[in-house]
Amino acid sequence: MKEIMVRAIYCEMLGYEASFSYIHAIKLAQQGSVLEKRVGYLAVSLFLHESHDLLLLLVNTVLKDLQSTNLIEVCMALTVVSQIFPKDMIPAVLPLVEDKLTHSKEIIRRKAVLALYKFYLIAPNQVQHIHDKFRKALCDKDPGVMTASLHIYLKLIKESPESYKDLTDSFVTILKQVVGGKLPVDFNYHSVPAPWLQMQLLRILALLGKEDQRTSEMMYEVLDESLRRAEINHNITYAILYECLKTIYTIHPKSELLEKAAKCIGKFVLSPKINLKYLGLKALTYVVQQDPNLALQHQMTIIECLDHSDPIIKRETLELLYRITNGQNVSVIVEKMLDFLRLSKDEYTTIDLVGKVAELAEKYPFPYNSWFIQTMNAIFSIGGDVMQPDIPNNFLRLLAEGFDSDEEDRQLRLLAVDSYLSLLECDTSGLPQRFLQVISWVLGEFSFLKEGLEPADVVERLGKLLDDDAITTETRCWVLAAMSKLCGSSDALCKAEKVAHKYTSCLDTALRQQAVELELLGRDVDLRTRVLPQHGFCVWLQVDSSLSFLDGFVSDALARGAAPYKPPHQRQEELSQEKILNFEPYGLSLPVSLSACSLTDRQSPTALSLSSSLSNLLKLEGVKRVWGKQGYLPEKQATEEALAQEPSSIFAPSHQQACSESQQTTFSTIVEQDQEKRQLASSLFVGLGSQNLGKPEASSSQRFRRKVRPEDPSDVNRSLAVSSSFSHSSSALDVLLDNAIPDPTNLSDSTSEAVPAVGNTEVVEASEVSSLSGGSGPLAQPSSQVERGLESDLPSRLPATLVGLLRSDVEELCSGESLSLSACKVFDADALVLAIFLSNISDSSIQEVSCLISSEQLKVPEMCSTFSVLSFYLNVVVSLYRLVMEAPGTQAIVRGSVSCASQATQSFSLTLSLVDFIRPLPLTTEEYGKMWLSFSHDVKQNLMLLKHEEEDQLEAALTALKEKLCLHIVDVIGAEGIMACQLVSGRPCLLHCHTHGGMLAIWLRSPIADLPDCLLYHCQKAIQER
Amino acid sequence: MIKAILIFNNHGKPRLIRFYQYFAEDMQQQIIRETFHLVSKRDDNVCNFLEGGSLIGGSDYKLIYRHYATLYFVFCVDSSESELGILDLIQVSTIYIFMTVFVETLDKCFENVCELDLIFHMDKVHYILQEVVMGGMVLETNMNEIVAQVELQNRMEKSEGGLSAAPARAVSAVKNMNLPEIPRNINIGDINIKVPNLSPF
Repeated sequence: MKEIMVRAIYCEMLGYEASFSYIHAIKLAQQGSVLEKRVGYLAVSLFLHESHDLLLLLVNTVLKDLQSTNLIEVCMALTVVSQIFPKDMIPAVLPLVEDKLTHSKEIIRRKAVLALYKFYLIAPNQVQHIHDKFRKALCDKDPGVMTASLHIYLKLIKESPESYKDLTDSFVTILKQVVGGKLPVDFNYHSVPAPWLQMQLLRILALLGKEDQRTSEMMYEVLDESLRRAEINHNITYAILYECLKTIYTIHPKSELLEKAAKCIGKFVLSPKINLKYLGLKALTYVVQQDPNLALQHQMTIIECLDHSDPIIKRETLELLYRITNGQNVSVIVEKMLDFLRLSKDEYTTIDLVGKVAELAEKYPFPYNSWFIQTMNAIFSIGGDVMQPDIPNNFLRLLAEGFDSDEEDRQLRLLAVDSYLSLLECDTSGLPQRFLQVISWVLGEFSFLKEGLEPADVVERLGKLLDDDAITTETRCWVLAAMSKLCGSSDALCKAEKVAHKYTSCLDTALRQQAVELELLGRDVDLRTRVLPQHGFCVWLQVDSSLSFLDGFVSDALARGAAPYKPPHQRQEELSQEKILNFEPYGLSLPVSLSACSLTDRQSPTALSLSSSLSNLLKLEGVKRVWGKQGYLPEKQATEEALAQEPSSIFAPSHQQACSESQQTTFSTIVEQDQEKRQLASSLFVGLGSQNLGKPEASSSQRFRRKVRPEDPSDVNRSLAVSSSFSHSSSALDVLLDNAIPDPTNLSDSTSEAVPAVGNTEVVEASEVSSLSGGSGPLAQPSSQVERGLESDLPSRLPATLVGLLRSDVEELCSGESLSLSACKVFDADALVLAIFLSNISDSSIQEVSCLISSEQLKVPEMCSTFSVLSFYLNVVVSLYRLVMEAPGTQAIVRGSVSCASQATQSFSLTLSLVDFIRPLPLTTEEYGKMWLSFSHDVKQNLMLLKHEEEDQLEAALTALKEKLCLHIVDVIGAEGIMACQLVSGRPCLLHCHTHGGMLAIWLRSPIADLPDCLLYHCQKAIQER
Repeated sequence: MIKAILIFNNHGKPRLIRFYQYFAEDMQQQIIRETFHLVSKRDDNVCNFLEGGSLIGGSDYKLIYRHYATLYFVFCVDSSESELGILDLIQVSTIYIFMTVFVETLDKCFENVCELDLIFHMDKVHYILQEVVMGGMVLETNMNEIVAQVELQNRMEKSEGGLSAAPARAVSAVKNMNLPEIPRNINIGDINIKVPNLSPF
């Protein structure tokens, strides 16, 4: 059997299906002798995956083996647990594995730690109570066990570095001991003590010391020591060195160490060994953003690497060059990249590099417009159809929106048209589809710019494209669309119609539609001029994103007895309740029916969550175009001012320098090679030495190119405030303020309309006067007695819509010299409203305060609220954020920063618990029963009830849960209680509790996967704290 | 984290594969094929690291390989692993592997590695890899412990198929051979007995 199993493994490895043997592998693990068991376990771990059904059969065997007295069996069981184990069955083996942490054999302890690590990876919430045991493992006397626990810590620290700062000292001590050779000699590898352990520790230290001066200071000494020790010339010492370098450059910098590290990088880069060279380049790439001078030191090596025979080295070099690109060397670098691209055949590299070239070309289109167009043409023809679709999109948008000067726009467009016309004259068969699409769009839009060019001529050339069989229908659509734009003259029209007629009977619907449209537009001249105005390519269309024009239609339909709209997930749930297969096509109907849902059941949480998820989509499509004339003007004025301030003399000469140098390089082919390289170097690294000059230029140029357009129409106020940061004259500021201040009334009108739909931020200006009069609002939970007058006053600044709601106490987040920040959580029915109070605690006025928050776990409205001025002492502004938890987690961290003109940025972070997002869900017992059956994800666990003496344990436990977690108690039947709650995004979770003998068995079910898990964790906590 | 360990020969035939992240069977084969395609194109005098390839985890994916005689040892790792560290790990694990395979000689010279040894001792190689790389994590283990593991394995092997178990096995083999014969003998005997009984009849 054993031999046969090994052969089955071999068959699977070669790619032949051997699923018939899976069950035998499990049987072998169950029943065989020790040797057979081992093969059985091995086969299982190779054949099956975590959610395989057969794995459940293994659980019992694992349990038995874990309890076995035979060390080898325990070992095998732990190994298989740490490789694959079903998530649902973790509670069954968890206590046994925990016991093994105190086993006398170190190998068992080590494997137990790894098994727990595996548990942590697949179900972090279930092992949260044993974190202190990890600490014990870290202090284990056996280095092997300690090493194993480091993996857990690396993971934990990666997730939240703040909570483990206290361990820095221990890690430093461990590393010191390892470096000092305190470990047994067995751990030496090529006479380096425990190299992999060292690397692991260095990685942890890098995570801990990142942006934290105090913690970094603790590790300087040991890092220095590591650098010094790692001097033997062997691969593994270089591995440690490399890790050391990364740590040094990640943590808070110390000049002495940086100097040493720079020397080490030199060792890597100059090494004749190709692997080390590769790593040296990688290190340089990593470092060069902080210290561009390092690249200067090694410029000759970098140039050599550019001509290296190994494409991997070449690519890494280009990556490095990409990082040091500035306005002056961009043309040379892009040329190098394109050279490489022409030779490379690897698809992945092409996609990656094409994206980078496009980014560079867009970022620095400076040298000359023709260069930009040529580069983009090269990108399109090389990148072909594999490149990311947003590259052509961005390019077209850039052409359409243009830059700041009309003349420049015209030139650029003209150049594009010229180059494409000449391209079309040559053979077009080799061009990629995407490129053809771009060509046809540009010709359709801009060919009128070229004087003396007959539209008919263009139509004819485009028509030739269509004759080629190789082009796809999508491209044909683009070509037809371009033609319909060109039908200005009767001559062109006649030609276009001839072409279009061919396609009116085409089988492809999109193509056919385009052709028919063209024909119809050709017949009706009035309509054509209205639909396709000739110079109207960048007039912003007003798009009604709420689709309110459909309201009438919807209410008519409703009146006629049509069923009200239900969002797709609700329908799917209903469908799954009825046990009917569900089919796909609901996605399409989504945008149209938005207004219907807001009409019919605006209050229902499902509709709200739908609309908030929709808002992303809407924002992308229509909203940005609303930006009206009066908002645009101050913006432009501001940029002009900034332009004027920029001493134009700085970059003009350096330009010429770059050009002339690159020209020199091209002409100097006759000169000896070394010379050539040096010149290439000088053209590549130009501008790096004087980076103070190069950097701001680059960043400012980027800022000018993209016109800032606000996300949302209702936020004129905010955008005005933003633009005030550009203009420096006080009179302009006054005007802006005048605009801004009377706004709140109608602003709050418009936003309260928009908030449920778009999930926007309300900006409420609370002036001193209003706070005096509005201080006596009826509050549900009067805040606890706060000594400081300021804080007790704060809740009254909340807008009237939020005053009646439950809220938490105000807590202080951070405070600087002049600004103090506090936050308060308001539990609204459909979101958690986070109110951040910014108060001026200095005597002077603070200008241009802006507050920005972000969170990885939550959906945060992506915006920065800006207040123009906080003029006097104790002036307070409130910034409100509606937070919704999309993917459940036990907690979520919100980070934010506040900046203002006169002061450094203050940053703060706030931890929100899942409980903040839980709302009671009122249900009847019957509804509960129905829902219970339809939910697929469940978790069960027994919790110890601490107080045995209580009369009615269930009652007490339920009340505790209700109070702590805001659950709704649906019913209590005998010894069982059922409760229901929902996440603010509208997704329910049901709980079933019953008590027996001092234990509370909790069973949670929900339609989403992680919610029961996370909620269980909080239940556990609530019961324990009771 | 190490995502996969692949060992294949110069022709791309897999000799040992171990995935630490689940992939469907056909996906695994595709990964092997693509990896072989990437690695085999490279000369021996270029660097041992490769980036890119879109199969496992996109851009956060590196290949680190070594080429010994007819075999490629490829480790697929994510960006958190150190390249040189893994490169040496490959060397270490090959030493271990061939320690287990050539038990008696402890032949550390793996220039003349024979693929067949890998095929015939596949399970043992897996056990050793399990000790060095557990669940995708590189474990710093001391050399002696690995050697002890190897020896334990050999002892177990011997205790089943070696000298100590030889008499018992011989006995059981004989028994097994006899079992089917015994009734046949009896039957034949019966017939034999019956025949003489019948003959006078």
